[in-house]
Amino acid sequence: MVELRGVAKSFGGTSPRRVLHDVSLRVARAEYVAIVGASGVGKSTLLNVVAGLETIDAGSVSVDGVDLASLDDDRKSALRRERIGFVFQAFHVLPYLSVRDNVALPLALQGRQGDAERARADAMLRAVGLGDRGASSPAELSGGELQRVAIARALVHRPSLVLADEPTGNLDPDTAANVMRVLAQAVRDNDASAMLVTHSLAAAASADRVYRLTADGLRLLETGAVARRERDVPTTPP
Amino acid sequence: MTRREPPRTSFAARRSVFAAISGGLREALRGRSLLAIVAIAFGVALGYAVHLVNESAVRELASGIAVLSGSADLEVRGPRHGFAESVYPRVARDRDVVAASPVVEVDAKLAGRRETLPILGVDVFRAIAITPSLVGIADDRLDTLRADALFPSAAAARWLDVARGDRVVVQIGLRDAPLRVAGHANATDNARYAVMDIAAVQDRFDFGGRLTRIDVRLAPGADRAGAQRRLQSLLPAGVSIAPPATTADAAKRFSRAYRVNLDVLALVALFTGAMLVYATQTLGVARRRTPFALLRTLGLPARRLVAGVLGEAALVGLAGAIAGLAIGHAIALVAVRHFGPDLGAGYFEGDASAVLVDVPWLLLFAGLGVVAALAGSALPALDASRAAPAAALKAADADVVVPARARPLAVASIGLGVAFAFLPAVDELPVFGYFAIALILVGAILALPSLAQPMLRALPTPRRVPFALALAHLRATPGKFASMLAAVVASVALMSAMAIMVASFRQSLDDWLGVMLPADLYVRTQGDSAFLSTRDQRAVATLAGVARAEFMRVTSIGLDPARPRIVLLARDLDPEHAGSRLALVGGSPTPAHDAAPPAWINEALADVLHLRVGETLRLPISGRAVEFTVAGVWRDYARQQGAIVIERRRYEAITGDASVNEAALWLVDGASIAGVRNALAAYAGPGDRLLVSTPGELRRLSLATFDRTFAVTYALEAAAVVIGLAGLSAALVAQTLARRREFGMLRHLGMTRGSIGTMLAAEGALLALVGVAGGLMLGLAISLILIHVVNRQSFHWGMDLHVPAGSLTALAAVLIALATLAARLAARRATGVDAVRAVREDW
Repeated sequence: MVELRGVAKSFGGTSPRRVLHDVSLRVARAEYVAIVGASGVGKSTLLNVVAGLETIDAGSVSVDGVDLASLDDDRKSALRRERIGFVFQAFHVLPYLSVRDNVALPLALQGRQGDAERARADAMLRAVGLGDRGASSPAELSGGELQRVAIARALVHRPSLVLADEPTGNLDPDTAANVMRVLAQAVRDNDASAMLVTHSLAAAASADRVYRLTADGLRLLETGAVARRERDVPTTPP
Repeated sequence: MTRREPPRTSFAARRSVFAAISGGLREALRGRSLLAIVAIAFGVALGYAVHLVNESAVRELASGIAVLSGSADLEVRGPRHGFAESVYPRVARDRDVVAASPVVEVDAKLAGRRETLPILGVDVFRAIAITPSLVGIADDRLDTLRADALFPSAAAARWLDVARGDRVVVQIGLRDAPLRVAGHANATDNARYAVMDIAAVQDRFDFGGRLTRIDVRLAPGADRAGAQRRLQSLLPAGVSIAPPATTADAAKRFSRAYRVNLDVLALVALFTGAMLVYATQTLGVARRRTPFALLRTLGLPARRLVAGVLGEAALVGLAGAIAGLAIGHAIALVAVRHFGPDLGAGYFEGDASAVLVDVPWLLLFAGLGVVAALAGSALPALDASRAAPAAALKAADADVVVPARARPLAVASIGLGVAFAFLPAVDELPVFGYFAIALILVGAILALPSLAQPMLRALPTPRRVPFALALAHLRATPGKFASMLAAVVASVALMSAMAIMVASFRQSLDDWLGVMLPADLYVRTQGDSAFLSTRDQRAVATLAGVARAEFMRVTSIGLDPARPRIVLLARDLDPEHAGSRLALVGGSPTPAHDAAPPAWINEALADVLHLRVGETLRLPISGRAVEFTVAGVWRDYARQQGAIVIERRRYEAITGDASVNEAALWLVDGASIAGVRNALAAYAGPGDRLLVSTPGELRRLSLATFDRTFAVTYALEAAAVVIGLAGLSAALVAQTLARRREFGMLRHLGMTRGSIGTMLAAEGALLALVGVAGGLMLGLAISLILIHVVNRQSFHWGMDLHVPAGSLTALAAVLIALATLAARLAARRATGVDAVRAVREDW
């Protein structure tokens, strides 16, 4: 499904900042992986690498068996449009679209704008508990509600992979727990794989596996969720 | 309980606060602020340059009149063909008059040249006491009394390239008369003229027994007003006495409307600059909403925030004003040198005068630059201070707040503007017309957010996502939308209004020429000295190939010493069919049998004297007040000082003057124009003694003069549009950069860079489309005020509306294409990898 082998990435010119070093990871279909780590360690960069939004200095990345290095920018865009859903820390909901139109945006980007798509967006809003807010403006919603809109948007087009970047970073603990519950449930309901990056172990608790990203690479952590789920999935990086 | 004084802030603290508000001077001097500085500089430069050029022209005119008037307390002036010299002893013998100097002023046609030279005949023994600059300086002092001796001024000698002993040949009637340069006039200024003995001028130029002016010096302590009244009572009709300053004012008045309109036009650029400052400051305040909210939260008083934003605007205005003054001075130098002090409009003749630094006006224009910048910043500054800090901190990317009073202010402004358009001129200047345009323009810009919303909502939502997102963004941010449009709407409105006015004028001029030039060939002489005698008229009328000839005597008479003389056209005319020769406006009923003879007045005179068809008019001709009935009003683009047409036979009967200076010839069928031209040249002799033109040539000449006169207006308006477009482009770039995170998110969702570029290009195109469409509609409204109020009250020109649809459509298409391109280019910068990284909160 998602496979990273020996990925390295640095930023900057004369004195480059090394962000990812020899990172390898495999995420199987319908698997929910969390990656925790300190600020600045490269968690967001790792997600952007998986989405084809950042080029890598070394190693390889493949999604659904497709090596991202073989795709040009437009085909990477098409890959994200069709197979990936994103959830951001700062929600990034377009203020000038209604809640429903925000959720339906990935479908619209695929050229799908009929009644069925509208019904799908409404269904996703109901799934995240915002069934009655479709016509609202994002300005009328709280932070937790906005993040649930973002989750609905990430899953509306039935992606095979959801990438979530600190989705609870801007939320209070209660709201964060609620959002994580909604996210995990939505991912499972849609039979999608998910990669969650966060600095919060609590947020990572719902994942099947939890890794810690450090300057030296990725290391697997034992988590309750793994024991609870007892899924027979590969748990070690190659 | 004593009130606790707030702690005094140190200079450093104040500087930090200002830096926080303005983002630092360096920031203020970058990007859009730099554009605002350029816009203000441009407006100030044009305004100051036009003022310097106008001042140069007026100074030149006044200086020439001052030289020619010398130390006279009063001047007796009459019609162009003069008044009886018997008036002189009546004036000279008055008890308060200590000196009186008679003058005959003739505009002499130079042989072999298509130009004239003013020659003033003076009695040197009288002139020396009052107008020493009119006294010839010669080696042989008796030359000043000799009939062939000419004394050109220094400027005239340079212009004619003559020195003592050379000959200057002038044309009298259709003959050449050589004059000897015997010395020079006692003057050092730039005025072009020459002096001769008065008796010689009267004799040679057929002015026997006539004077055109008497310069009067009063006794010290004499009651000038009393003497003026008493002397006036001694003068015949059409001859008046007034201080020389009145003559200078009348001369200045002739070009005043043109100069004032040019000044106002130049200020349009400054207005557009203020609009641009408004746009940049509005967007700048929106962009800095969060830091402003933070400062307010930290305790910065609202008034200091306002002061900071206004201080930033003042810096922009000052920087623009300083640059503009320097550029304006340079423009004025170049313009006066290359186009003359009237910028090619044909109001002044003479050597180009110097462009002098005018400190009070320099300070005024610097102040105007700062005021324009402050005016443009006032609303954004208030917006910044009124935003609730807590809300502003949370909604950093919210729309520009449209002040609640904007809509009623807009309605009031437009309503007042429309009302002003119906008010009369103030001292013959369309003051209310200018205010009407400014009020309607400001009102329309204030109304933009209210107008833009329904306009955008009325558009169907496109199916393609980039276009749908573009429309959704514009619909959701009417405040930003309107701010970005302000400069472009203002500049397009003013540009299109000018274009419509100029096209209407040009088309009306063309139509007018068609009516006024019905003959096959036109013949005229130049100046006062050249004319066609009755013998010449008979000869011309009977030339081979000429079927019919109509003759005209053109002269001028004074109705009011404070106004320029009006033109009297005595022409062969059938009163029953005046419309076949004149572009009559309205009807031309035949006067009643017992009514005074008919006269047809042009629109300018009808406006100035408030005369209507059927009313009686008294004209001072040949020292008598002769009554005429206004038989019609005709359109006239050639004589804004006023003109009257009367029948030539009546003029001849009143004055005994049968000479003419223009002729219209109809040729027999099959006669060639070239043949008749040759016959005329053979009759008149060598050189340009007769100027012969076909209607086509006159039309081309008139339209070329028109285009040259309006070239400067085209240049000013094109510059205003460039500023407006630059403002829109800069605003688009700034907006695009400010939305990088949004584009980053869309890239995450799988939108290609190309699609985001399309979205932004669509926004740019839609903005420009609305701006240009609004500007064109506003321009049409303003053009009606220009045509029916400003031009009518300034120049008394009536004209028909003619919209140059083709060129306006082309202009609109170019503007929209350029705005779309600017947005597309901005998109390239805003959708790269930086946009992707802008989405994340951490590495």
